[in-house]
Amino acid sequence: MSFILRRLAFYLVAAWVAITLNFFIPRAVPGNPVQTILSKYPDLTPQAYKALSQMIGGALQHGSLWSQYTAYLSDVFHFNFGTDLANFPTPVSQILDQAIPWTLILVGTATVIAFLLGTLLGILAGWRHGGWLDRALPVLMFLQAAPYFFVALILVYFLALKGGWLPSAQGYSAQDVSPGWNWAFISNAAEHSVLPAGTIVLTSVAGWMLQMRNVMITTISEDYVVAAQAKGLSRSRIIYTYAARNALLPQLQGFGLALGFVVSGAVVMEIVFSYPGIGYNLVQAVGAKDFPLMQALFLVITFAVLIANLLVDVIIVLFDPRARTREAR
Amino acid sequence: MSIWRNMPLRAKIGVFLFGFFALVAIFGPIFEPFNPGFENQDPKFSLNPPSLHHLLGTTQLGEDVFSQVLTGTRLTFEVSLLVGLIATVLSVLIGVTAAYLGGIWDDLLSLLTNVFLVIPALPLLIVLLGYLSNEGQTPTIIVLAGLGWPWGARVIRAQTLTIRNRDFIGASRETGEPTWRIIIFEIIPNEVSLIAANFVNTVLYALGASVALAFIGIANLTSFSLGVVLYWAQNGNALQSGDWWWWIPAGLVIALMGTSLVLLNSGIDEIGNPRLRASHETGRVGGHRIWTTDPTPVLSQLTAPRSKVGQFAYSFSRSALLDRAATKNQANGAAEARTKTPTGGEIL
Repeated sequence: MSFILRRLAFYLVAAWVAITLNFFIPRAVPGNPVQTILSKYPDLTPQAYKALSQMIGGALQHGSLWSQYTAYLSDVFHFNFGTDLANFPTPVSQILDQAIPWTLILVGTATVIAFLLGTLLGILAGWRHGGWLDRALPVLMFLQAAPYFFVALILVYFLALKGGWLPSAQGYSAQDVSPGWNWAFISNAAEHSVLPAGTIVLTSVAGWMLQMRNVMITTISEDYVVAAQAKGLSRSRIIYTYAARNALLPQLQGFGLALGFVVSGAVVMEIVFSYPGIGYNLVQAVGAKDFPLMQALFLVITFAVLIANLLVDVIIVLFDPRARTREAR
Repeated sequence: MSIWRNMPLRAKIGVFLFGFFALVAIFGPIFEPFNPGFENQDPKFSLNPPSLHHLLGTTQLGEDVFSQVLTGTRLTFEVSLLVGLIATVLSVLIGVTAAYLGGIWDDLLSLLTNVFLVIPALPLLIVLLGYLSNEGQTPTIIVLAGLGWPWGARVIRAQTLTIRNRDFIGASRETGEPTWRIIIFEIIPNEVSLIAANFVNTVLYALGASVALAFIGIANLTSFSLGVVLYWAQNGNALQSGDWWWWIPAGLVIALMGTSLVLLNSGIDEIGNPRLRASHETGRVGGHRIWTTDPTPVLSQLTAPRSKVGQFAYSFSRSALLDRAATKNQANGAAEARTKTPTGGEIL
């Protein structure tokens, strides 16, 4: 277990850095965020004041920086992020509860599909190095370099607005169905998720494919692959159990690091599609100067990425015999 | 000019495209037919499709899209290059320092790098810029550069580790050259292609991030960078009402700028790494394609000597897992415990 435990410790450090940044940013920026809020929301209740002062400090809070910090830490550990200013008096955690499932389901599924599809294409492209998939590389590079939302806007324009085949925005049509565990709602939400998920897959698949292709090319010139070929093993066996399995490790490592980019893409996606998830709420909160919600959302996103990274580490242990043997010891 | 002749076609296309955008960024605003922010109140100039008078049509407020795209190209180009420059300097500083000094410095800087790699950048950018009032591009540049260095620092650190143990570095240390001189005149010149590639990548990151931030409305919305043009187009429902001339040009410029950077990078790769070139000349034997050389650069990562505390801290990093396997073959992996791992020892 030592590898996993050590990684866990690393993520705890990263989480602590994020929490601490979150504490110091509003206190360090020039200008006075508290004044901005007070002028924007003049009729705040005492509870809201208290919540505000704990999250962003400033003139509202008394006591030393250290006592502010400990109060803030205990709030964060109790998932007490204060009251939402824009939708007063809804607690921030309730907004989080509503937003998280949308993002988690959509972005999670799209990312896994993109990863699997990209890896598979990369295996094929690397194996047939110089083949037709390689000739498609410039197109892929364009897809990778084009800003995500531009590709999304073009697809929305043609598929939703011109073609009218798919809904162009929102997570579900509010006038037809209401959220709940019934078929009407789920199928409606699924229909609305096709375009957002599709655009994420389309723009991120190229990156996975390029990386897998490059590692594959290195791997297939290894002696053990040549030996497998010399033994006359079937081609699919050589590709998938000899070459691809070994080439997959850097790919998995990259997966953990790329999660940050996935999240960034998701934030922009939710703006393009007015999708009711975390990123949409985050940008709305910035626009409304709703700093407590903004900070809580940042922490939630960071924690999600850290947990996903930990999961990737567990998968690496399952795939990599070297990590496994180290685990056993 | 042999470098130019040996460059693959796509890298040449990249150089031309990039040069074109650089020229547009420098001289474009001179040829603007209108002030990009000028709002023509006359309703007959609202949302005109492209015509001779307005080459790319007009916006809802009667602004000239062509002028906006020219100004936007300059502003976006400026942000991307400046961020690329500052962040690259930061990553060279941090990467080289960490690897050259080694010990506890390396461990702390590597830990910092890894933490900032794992914290998602865009949400942090949004939080930071949400507080900083939107005056000009300076806060955006500072924040983007301040968060753009970890990828480069990681790669450059790994490369410096392999260089610092070479004989010529030892020789210059023996002749009594000061540390700063070794770093600047011996180590950095050997990493030029890596640093160049990293610069191009960082510019690409800055382009994407600055445009995305502006598009979601977190920028100074009165100066027309390309992302801001797209923000107003999205806000004015350009998509829904079919006013394609409002958003397609700006989006295309961004996409082509990005593509030119990706193409440039593949060119740098091939110059710095002749083996990638050789991989294009693959042969066929008995109907099977064979690969004569190993085309991808193998970054054999030597491990720096570490203190006890340092080794403990380092063992938390994911790369520690494969580093140990890689050091197996290194004769001087003195401080590192050797493990009996039967692999080729390549890592990325």
